[in-house]
Amino acid sequence: MKSSLWQRLDLLARSLWPFTLTLLLLIVSVVPLRIPYFAPISPGFPLISVYYWAIHRPTILPAPAVFLLGVLHDLLGGAPLGVGVLVLLIVYGVCTSLRRVFLGAPFTAVWFGFAVTAAGAAVVTWVITSLLFTEVLDPSALIFSYLLTVGLYPAVGHLFARAQRSLPQQL
Amino acid sequence: MKSRAGSVLRLASPLRAWSQRFTFFLLVAASLALMMLGRTDSLVVERARTTVVDAASPILDLLSQPIAGTVMVLENVRDLANLREENARLREERARLLQWQLVARSLEAENRSLRELLNLVPEPRARFITARVIGDAGGPFVRTALIAAGKHDGVRKGQAVMTGDGLAGRVFEVGQRSARLLLLTDINSRIPVVIERTRDRAILAGDNTDLPHLLYLPLDTQAAPGDRVVTSGHGGLFPPGLPVGIVSAVSEDGVTVQPLVEWSNVEYVRLVDYEMPEILSSLRSGDAEADESP
Repeated sequence: MKSSLWQRLDLLARSLWPFTLTLLLLIVSVVPLRIPYFAPISPGFPLISVYYWAIHRPTILPAPAVFLLGVLHDLLGGAPLGVGVLVLLIVYGVCTSLRRVFLGAPFTAVWFGFAVTAAGAAVVTWVITSLLFTEVLDPSALIFSYLLTVGLYPAVGHLFARAQRSLPQQL
Repeated sequence: MKSRAGSVLRLASPLRAWSQRFTFFLLVAASLALMMLGRTDSLVVERARTTVVDAASPILDLLSQPIAGTVMVLENVRDLANLREENARLREERARLLQWQLVARSLEAENRSLRELLNLVPEPRARFITARVIGDAGGPFVRTALIAAGKHDGVRKGQAVMTGDGLAGRVFEVGQRSARLLLLTDINSRIPVVIERTRDRAILAGDNTDLPHLLYLPLDTQAAPGDRVVTSGHGGLFPPGLPVGIVSAVSEDGVTVQPLVEWSNVEYVRLVDYEMPEILSSLRSGDAEADESP
């Protein structure tokens, strides 16, 4: 069976959807919401995305895509370059190798796994950034950002699950 | 044929796993390299940042407008509720300000005549650029913001960023049609200031909290909570006398300052282009050379 050009284009668009969706969430998270004290604790959407796709469909978000997301995140957010990239790659590596544990597990277990992963990611981010600034940084904003990210996981995960359902099986 | 295809597959799958692992470690190494590159504050990184922000700025501009509109409607409703009180307060304030205007006029005249008497070098004139805020910083370790104005609109690195209340920070990355501001609460922010009452000079240093602190204050400082802190104009980038904040606490650990600007309410900012002829022209020619060299 030969697929036509349009079918192939459609397939390509669908397979790029997780990456595009994450990029959009990333841009949206930078928009000023005019809520006091919100900017420093804005949620880490790329982390949710990388965790979700590493477990459910790692082929659709390969490591180079994770790298690109991390670079864009660091450049757009003004964070020290490379830290976000490294943390996302570590999360991706750990989750793809542990994905069999989570596949078929109930949603709450996956969510709990995310809470643990995000905590690890937050600690690594804090340590590396503190080393880069050669100063022990105040982690309070990071803790609130972590709680917000974990709290948003079900909603964003639902969005990704819908995107995943629109993907053909062979991808 | 069938068995050959099978053996190729058997050989291919570990090969693929190996190449994936290799790619992964290559990317990790690349991210470490990026970290080193970012540490050196190189031009490449800055250009990459401004390019990404420039590319995202039309989307951010579009998205930030409905939010600003919603906030405005909410504020309008709230304002309607206490219109009467507000009116009375404003009348009172106007009466008081009229008196101040008289004082200011006479002081201005006196100042002018005294300057003429002394042959004082005239202060360089400041130009203003108004820009909309289109982005807040991402991440817990930075306090920056994005605005929808760039090189095209005359935005330059180092310009002071003001709101109606006071100094908010400075411009530190400039793209074609967007720029990034470093707020004075950011850990990298250092601004030369002076305490208005005691004339003690200091550097206002951010530490990612809402209350930046003063560095290099004289040991015998008489600073007390409630004192106003203004820019000193040292370094030549900021005009002297821009209001910055109020001393909020004086203790053994140091002096903290409450900035006048409440960042979450800010929709527009004013950039102060302070034309310091000699210093800036030499800096600009340096910039031009740097732009041409790569």
